[in-house]
Amino acid sequence: MGAKDIIAWLIPLFPFAGWLLLGLLGKYFKGYAGILASVFIVISFIFSSILFFIVSYTHGFTTTLYPWVYAASFRTGVSAVIDRLSVVMLVMVTGVSAIVHIYSIGYMQGDKGFARYFSFLNLFVFSMIMLVISNNLLLLYVFWEAVGFCSYILIGFWYEKKSAVDAGKKAFIVNRVGDFGFAIGIFLLFITTGTLNYETIFTMIPSIPSITVTAIALLLFAGAVGKSAQFPLHVWLPDAMEGPTPVSALIHAATMVTAGVYMIARFHVIFSYSQFASEVVLTIGTFTAFLAAFIALTQFDIKRIIAYSTISQLGYMFMAVGIGSYTAGIFHLISHAVFKGLLFLTAGSVMHGLSGELDLRKMGGLYSKMKITAVTFIVGGLALSGIPPFSGFFSKDAILADVYNKGFYFAWIIGEITALMTAFYIFRLIFVAFFGESNVDPKVHVHESPKIMTIPMVILALFALIIGFLGIPPFNKSVFYSFLHVAFKNAYNFAPFTNNAPWYILSLISVLAGLLGIFIAYLLYIKKAVNPEKIKNIFKPVYALSYNKVYIDEIYNFIIVRPVLGFSNFLWKVIDALIIDGAVNGVASSFAFFSTKTRKIQNGMLMSYVLTLTIGVAALLFYFFIR
Amino acid sequence: MGFFIKYLLSILIFFPLASVILLLFINKRKEGLLRNLATALSLIEFIFSLYLFIYFKPNMYKFQFVEKFNWIGAFGASYFLGIDGVSLFLILLTTLLTFVSLISSFRYIKDHVKEFFILMLILETFMVGTFASLDVLLFYLFWEFMLIPMYFIIGMWGTGRRVYSAVKFILYTMAGSLIMLFGLIYIFMLHYDQTGNFTFNILRLYNTHIPLDLQILLFIALFLGFAIKIPLFPFHTWLPDAHTEAPTAGSVILAGVLLKFGVYGFFRFAMPLLPRATLILAPIVIVIGVIGVLYGALVSMVQKDLKRLVAFSSVSHMGFIMLGLFAMSAISIDGSILQLLNHGIATGALFLFVGMLYERAHTRQIGDFGGIAKKAPVLTTLFMISVLASIGLPGLNGFVGEFLILIGSFKHYMVLTIIATSGIIFAAVYLLWMFQRVMFQGITSSKIESFEDMNLREIITVLPLILLMFFIGFYPMPFLERIDPTVLHFIAMVGHRGYIHNLTKLKTGLSNA
Repeated sequence: MGAKDIIAWLIPLFPFAGWLLLGLLGKYFKGYAGILASVFIVISFIFSSILFFIVSYTHGFTTTLYPWVYAASFRTGVSAVIDRLSVVMLVMVTGVSAIVHIYSIGYMQGDKGFARYFSFLNLFVFSMIMLVISNNLLLLYVFWEAVGFCSYILIGFWYEKKSAVDAGKKAFIVNRVGDFGFAIGIFLLFITTGTLNYETIFTMIPSIPSITVTAIALLLFAGAVGKSAQFPLHVWLPDAMEGPTPVSALIHAATMVTAGVYMIARFHVIFSYSQFASEVVLTIGTFTAFLAAFIALTQFDIKRIIAYSTISQLGYMFMAVGIGSYTAGIFHLISHAVFKGLLFLTAGSVMHGLSGELDLRKMGGLYSKMKITAVTFIVGGLALSGIPPFSGFFSKDAILADVYNKGFYFAWIIGEITALMTAFYIFRLIFVAFFGESNVDPKVHVHESPKIMTIPMVILALFALIIGFLGIPPFNKSVFYSFLHVAFKNAYNFAPFTNNAPWYILSLISVLAGLLGIFIAYLLYIKKAVNPEKIKNIFKPVYALSYNKVYIDEIYNFIIVRPVLGFSNFLWKVIDALIIDGAVNGVASSFAFFSTKTRKIQNGMLMSYVLTLTIGVAALLFYFFIR
Repeated sequence: MGFFIKYLLSILIFFPLASVILLLFINKRKEGLLRNLATALSLIEFIFSLYLFIYFKPNMYKFQFVEKFNWIGAFGASYFLGIDGVSLFLILLTTLLTFVSLISSFRYIKDHVKEFFILMLILETFMVGTFASLDVLLFYLFWEFMLIPMYFIIGMWGTGRRVYSAVKFILYTMAGSLIMLFGLIYIFMLHYDQTGNFTFNILRLYNTHIPLDLQILLFIALFLGFAIKIPLFPFHTWLPDAHTEAPTAGSVILAGVLLKFGVYGFFRFAMPLLPRATLILAPIVIVIGVIGVLYGALVSMVQKDLKRLVAFSSVSHMGFIMLGLFAMSAISIDGSILQLLNHGIATGALFLFVGMLYERAHTRQIGDFGGIAKKAPVLTTLFMISVLASIGLPGLNGFVGEFLILIGSFKHYMVLTIIATSGIIFAAVYLLWMFQRVMFQGITSSKIESFEDMNLREIITVLPLILLMFFIGFYPMPFLERIDPTVLHFIAMVGHRGYIHNLTKLKTGLSNA
């Protein structure tokens, strides 16, 4: 192992050590648990940055820690691939994690599970790092599930609350549904190529029949649909907001939920060789982006609005990877991680200032009382709405420009409509919460959050302001593109550019869509030009559809949950207890029946025994005679 | 040391029996002494068994630690012992779980303490003997003798309908064993007809030429014996009753070791003795196994009694193991064998935790619990790790075995493997749902208010199992490198899975017969 390899393995080592240390001895660290955990992550971040520069100036490499599962022809090691894609992800994951860790010291202050919280948060960062650097599908799958477990345990962190535990369980199970497909994809890949190692697989893909590649890609995508909360498996993410808000920021916005996008980018060779699978990715992404934005229009829970917005933005990322614009997809992933992390942290700050209140209807006028929170929130909102010069403008437009120029006009129109809705719902939240008259419960003492929380927010806000410039349009001439696109050089160009519309026209349209959304929100909630109630009454069915989240949870409950439980009860009570055990006990009781009957023969009278014996002997003799 | 290693298997078989003789001399009222001594002796036995692991040569399929003495010359029965990579780990599992279940019984067993510990040690002798025997007659004797101590353990120290459960357990398995014995003796006679020699030596019996039609019939006979033991759907209904009423130690041994004998029987006897029938009937066995995967999982989901839930989960897990074993790929069989150990470890641990809950709350109804996490964080953490191991969460042991089974079976049984894979969803549903209702949410009952966390003895009880879950999850190589050569040899013996596509000859053979 050289120095590079050691640096690579030190990155996951620190969070791993933090998990063990805090998990086993957490109570002895008391209030220092948070600082310790944060320091570990910061160290990880420093090593990630060093690795980033090493890879920028030299080549990527793979490194093996130890042989892991060797069974007959199945061979996989604990090995990492360090290339441009993984270092970009590493820096983002450890960077956002460090900020969220520091913020959490303030947010979780005084919670009785303080050490437990940081122990699991470190475990999450470890798992996420390993997910990003795995060089084979088995390891990827392991940490794919491991981040899911951390998500489960952190959503249900306040385990005495039934809704929280329910939400955690729902997340785990819905993810397992996706992972079911993912696992079968891995099996299929293994029997097709005989290996789970990325590099070997990628060299073989071009020679594999396209129907097989399509099947593999679609099955792997099922896993992404679960993890990245895309329709129809998006239902767990809004409920996941039951967890502590920094968890929502880190796991359910910035990192874990983007794993699906990362996975497709990582497997660009597989996906680009199946146009059909890529088009499915595009379709699901586009539809989800629209659906989630539509639902977000009418929600009142601020965290849920942001959660739906995450689902919607992930949809954009899938649009990008679905048309083969992998670099643009990753760019939006990074920029979204920053501004969405920011939105959640500021939402957490709002909650903190309002003693846990999440309902938009019980807010209002908060701007004067929590200025830092308000300003940073607005920065996040502007970035999400795609208003220049904030990062969302650059990254979302990089995607939409490619969608248009590759000729997917319908997806482009949906994308623009979604952008309008996005700007509307986030500014509806901003206007109602921070401006207008206050509806805050008078008993609540509204206050700005401590510095340990506001400083991380400000840092993220600054990044939301500057990070976009890495992708100054035209995107394919930007710094970010020229750094990362070499990682995707082996992709098959299945969707070539058909148009060459200038970027500034497309950007102008997007910005107008965003401004229009903000303007409508302004008319409704600041100017009060029209009473929102009136609009609600005009579009009653549409409003109800949006407000009730398109009834998807109810539909699942009706067509899946209840029938499965009913069927299971039938199996147990009818098949198991009545039929099988009935048959067994029937055999037993028939023995009992016959033995009570035959017992009468054994009556203790010598005469009857002699008689039986004689008859028996006679019968035997008779048998031998006639034989 | 040379003597010790040479006769290690015999020592492992008879050391517990010798311990029993020692215990017999102790006054039954000295319960503390009896408990401590019996547990210490079982720990020594476990440490002895570690020498098997240390001196076992990996990368070798041949039987090791072989001992052979003439026994009943007239029948060709011999005292013939030896282990390969499969029985090695099953013996280690047995000695570990016996120690664990004895230490877990300190508080649970209050009456007839002496008898209980003696029976457990006798049981250990028979279990180790069964795994170590390479002589069919010796194997069968140990196999049947096992039932006697288990019968008493369920019947005397059980709860509820314990006598019903004990009788059901013994009748069910006896019925299966008798049919199996018939099959084994038939092969023994065939071998005599062909060679003129009586032998119960399993390695020689492997060479018996058996016509296909007879192979099928004999396979069915052996199948019944082993399938009941595993138990496979629909022969499983003794299991929930036996598990539910047995004391904790009984459940741990039952799930951890006794169920393994069925699979071991297929591996050591049914499949290599009857290779052609195995290849032809494999799809049927796999279908039964896969039904078991889903059936066990679905029925677990609606159980209200904790022990019953864990018992049905065993039906599901054993279904996976049968899928891997009969898919006849080296990868899947490696997975199945590893999963035998994993199931013993994880399910053993689950029963220990259910036992701890029962000792504290005197109920096993899921609905009576809730909110324990607040009172007992250590219990919650360790219980959760065991639950996750059982779910097959990566990083813990269950995942490695399950994954190898599925990826190995996928090539030849694509649809069935996909159906079985859906079992991983249901496993998450029933176990997490159970865990939530028992450990999380608010405290509902006053019993929970005074709930104690685990004490040192209880932590020692489960710690070896917890450590193994992580160890096998992170670094399964020490296990796989010992199992793999045995499995490769096994496949060479039973016939490569590829043969089945060349079935025309076999099928015409079948119709002619």
